[in-house]
Amino acid sequence: MNEKRHIISLLVENEFGSLSRIAGLFSARGYNIHCLNVAPTNDESISRMTLVTFCNDQKIKQLAKQLDKLVDVVNVKDLTEETHIEREMLLLKLKCNKSQRDEIKRLVDIFRARIIDVTDTTYTVELTGATEKILAFIESMGKIKIIEMVRSGTLGISRGIDSLENIK
Amino acid sequence: MKLSGSEIIIECLKKEGVEYIFGYPGGAVLHIYDALFGDKKIKHVLTRHEQGATHAADGYARACGKPGVVLVTSGPGITNCVTGLATAHMDSVPMIIISGQVSREYVGSDAFQEADATGITRPVTKHNFLVDSRESIAEVFKKAFIIATTGRPGPVLIDIPKDLTDPKTKINFEYPKKVNLRSYKAPISESKVKIEEAAKLLASAKKPMIYSGGGVILGNANKELTSLVKKLGYPITNTLMGLGGYPATDKQFLGMLGMHGTYEANMAMHDCDILLAVGARFDDRVTGDTTKFCPSAKIIHIDVDPSSISKIIEVDLSLVGETTNILRSLNKAVTPHLKKINKAALKRWWLQIDKWRTKKCLSYKKSSKIIKPQSAIETLYEITKGNAYVTSDVGQHQMWAAQYYKFDKPNRWINSGGLGTMGFGLPAAMGVQLAYPKAEVVCVTGEASILMCIQELATCLQYRLPIKIINLNNRYMGMVRQWQEFFYEGRYAMSYMEAIPDFAQLSSSFGHIGIKIEKPSELKSKLQEAMNLKDRLVFVDIITDQEENVYPMIKSGQAHNEMHLSPTGKDTELA
Repeated sequence: MNEKRHIISLLVENEFGSLSRIAGLFSARGYNIHCLNVAPTNDESISRMTLVTFCNDQKIKQLAKQLDKLVDVVNVKDLTEETHIEREMLLLKLKCNKSQRDEIKRLVDIFRARIIDVTDTTYTVELTGATEKILAFIESMGKIKIIEMVRSGTLGISRGIDSLENIK
Repeated sequence: MKLSGSEIIIECLKKEGVEYIFGYPGGAVLHIYDALFGDKKIKHVLTRHEQGATHAADGYARACGKPGVVLVTSGPGITNCVTGLATAHMDSVPMIIISGQVSREYVGSDAFQEADATGITRPVTKHNFLVDSRESIAEVFKKAFIIATTGRPGPVLIDIPKDLTDPKTKINFEYPKKVNLRSYKAPISESKVKIEEAAKLLASAKKPMIYSGGGVILGNANKELTSLVKKLGYPITNTLMGLGGYPATDKQFLGMLGMHGTYEANMAMHDCDILLAVGARFDDRVTGDTTKFCPSAKIIHIDVDPSSISKIIEVDLSLVGETTNILRSLNKAVTPHLKKINKAALKRWWLQIDKWRTKKCLSYKKSSKIIKPQSAIETLYEITKGNAYVTSDVGQHQMWAAQYYKFDKPNRWINSGGLGTMGFGLPAAMGVQLAYPKAEVVCVTGEASILMCIQELATCLQYRLPIKIINLNNRYMGMVRQWQEFFYEGRYAMSYMEAIPDFAQLSSSFGHIGIKIEKPSELKSKLQEAMNLKDRLVFVDIITDQEENVYPMIKSGQAHNEMHLSPTGKDTELA
């Protein structure tokens, strides 16, 4: 039913239990968290969470209100409601023999990725970008074998002067 | 002042004005119990099961508005509280639950009587805390009381590892006057512009309806509500949780609405053009089919919880804040608009309502052979003159009590509306009786529900609680049987209560008085006799008509105008 991708940004008290309260709110309603990222902010008592979920408009409004109602949640925003920038980081460990190295190097250059570790048989690549770019890069690997893939999950920030940290 | 962790806990409770603790001791809270021993200010009520303690604290809180306090041990102590917490959480009752936890060094080691209390109770509390230092105990208590009692109230759990309560280690204690709760904001009131808009909208109604719920009771807003309703001259209905929020004997009151609501209340909901919802949350038992809910109405919703707004039903105007504040502002704002009310239309609306009333949807077939459950409640109402505090369990008896006992005052009707917890009635009545020792407290129950917390009869004896238990005994789980009759072609799977005890004897073995009533002719005299025993608990076992059903009924998923008034079927039209 008109499910759209939403990026929810949250500021939460940096306390134990905060994450499970938020995760519990989703699981209790049968909503899936597509990806999730948590890290401290410049205020060490607060963590910032970014999560991506697929939801219809009515449900996302209700979800935002429920999140805001949690005692640990300082501020909530649906970034997809306004102009925003999103980034994700990908770490990709590739198996590569000598003949594949040029091909990989070329793709890395095209996508403006970086090779951050090299062994006899592997390259590890770092790439930052919006999710579409990350997916396109993975797609472009073709026959190159991916040994391991690590994604940070989406990070998002609003454009302009707006800040989630202007605590209400 | 240097105090141990246990002493700090007791001091915090005193600072918050706590008068009763409902609890049950065990290993992890022995230090706290030792600190409580001999205390003159705080009275501890020993229930016979932790579930009983939570329901008793809940009943206490619902009756007097102060938070109910529970003290239990770790492991099974706290897991036994889960039903009570969920009950209080669903009905937004302020409670503080203190649970012991195994000492910090054992946490996470599957120690004896260890349970992840904060994990287990997270979805059934408004908030919970695991205390990690002695120094933070006072601050956590201060926060817990603020969170439990403000905004939309609810239960808050504080889990305290045993080593923090050790009497040998003492630290400086000072109860904080203020705490920083930057991420918790309880809405206070709404903008003047929106209040004005609501006032205008209300005055423009031709077929107005007001629907109020438990938020009016919890927010002590009954006076403000009554004065607004009187001023407007509009009809009002209450939800199951909202009974007593508006005087039931007043002529503007249409009775309860919803699944077992009155014909006039449900029809008026269906046909109204402006609906004002106050402290109600559009529960499925109230709305029926949401796609057919108030099809032609503009809806104004007053609630303290922003997440209640447009959760089930999309509303046209929301007023978020404390119900009393908003109703007070609305009362003022509506006055200059009163003259704009279309008096002729309102008169026509009342004529229509009076027509619906002539259905007499709560009438039932009287009998001289067998006691009708409805007549038992009517007789109880008559004898107590409507002044009793009535708690109930869950099922048919609950609906009959809600339909036939007319509550003119708030906080008098105490039942588990949201969660529907069988076993709630008796322990809740204990809490009510402790809050109001001189009041008449009645627990309306059924033979199935009462057995779920029957052990609390011992608590009633210990504290000499003169509760009157009115057991509508139909030898069935009545509501289950009614649904099986309607929806499962009368296949009464497991709903018959076999091996029912002799309740009069059971009660006397607990040291109370038991009375059995079987004949309609002796109903009034024997019930009166029971009520006259002012200082004793009396278990009144009333043998009622076995297959009586609760009417009116809107079957699950049907609309307000698709009511059943009798077994013969739908009754939607009125010529």
